[in-house]
Amino acid sequence: MLFKKYFLIIVFFLFTTHSILANEELKNKIYKNVRCIVCQGQSIYESNSDFALDLKKLISKKIDAGESEKQIYDFLISRYGEWIVFTPRFNFNSLILWLLPLIVFAIGGFLIFRLNTNKKK
Amino acid sequence: MNIRYRIIILTVTLLIIFALFLKVLNSNKVYQPNQMIGKKIPEFVLEDLFDKKIKINSKELLDKDFVVINIWASWCIPCRVEHPLLINLKNNNQINIIGINYKDERMNAKNFLKTYENPYQLVGVDSNGEVSIQLGAYGVPETYVLNKGKIIFKNIGPLNEDIVTKILQLKK
Repeated sequence: MLFKKYFLIIVFFLFTTHSILANEELKNKIYKNVRCIVCQGQSIYESNSDFALDLKKLISKKIDAGESEKQIYDFLISRYGEWIVFTPRFNFNSLILWLLPLIVFAIGGFLIFRLNTNKKK
Repeated sequence: MNIRYRIIILTVTLLIIFALFLKVLNSNKVYQPNQMIGKKIPEFVLEDLFDKKIKINSKELLDKDFVVINIWASWCIPCRVEHPLLINLKNNNQINIIGINYKDERMNAKNFLKTYENPYQLVGVDSNGEVSIQLGAYGVPETYVLNKGKIIFKNIGPLNEDIVTKILQLKK
């Protein structure tokens, strides 16, 4: 009986610690991807400005309340625009941004391939 | 390719790059998010600065025709600059202004309004800046114009004569 009691306490403790650590990891991940718009090229993770501290508090509160990463980004983008996040979302406006490196890579690859085949000839 | 053409293409390319650099250098670097324009005011409840029992509920602003919300703080120098314009808006144009006191000490905020006159119909206390974030603000002062609870205009930074004229035109 005593063993069972201790076992349950340990399981509960491990579960709580795990969920706290997971939450902290998620918070830091979001902080690093949110731009401090009153700073020069810093994320709110790196900044100690008033605005960054307020946003960190709010994001932490939202995560503790069970909101998902997407919900938090949606909230921030609805207030401050796409520029608030360092990684822009994949949509029509950011299509070129996402596809351009692939297109450049493909063209570069094609040119190298052609140059090689011409040399062999 | 002819060497002359190469020189022309290179010169044109460099000129285009130079023009782009010049344009970016002269552009406004201050980020002005306007995502909230056209949207309904987010829900919030704030304590009144002078009477903690009074709550300012954003739902009460939904049926009002023209309301100005001004986010300010006693420690904010640009807020002092725009303050006479707010007094003028209230006294000469009968505009209802709701103040949101941003991350301030109650006593300092009260003293500020006592010294410089109170242009606000009501002043809500946003002690942790959360409501200001809900509104999409990132500092003080910021001013919002609402029509039936919908944000129709937003100004980041202190008001000036031109912005006040714009606000008055919106009222007409």
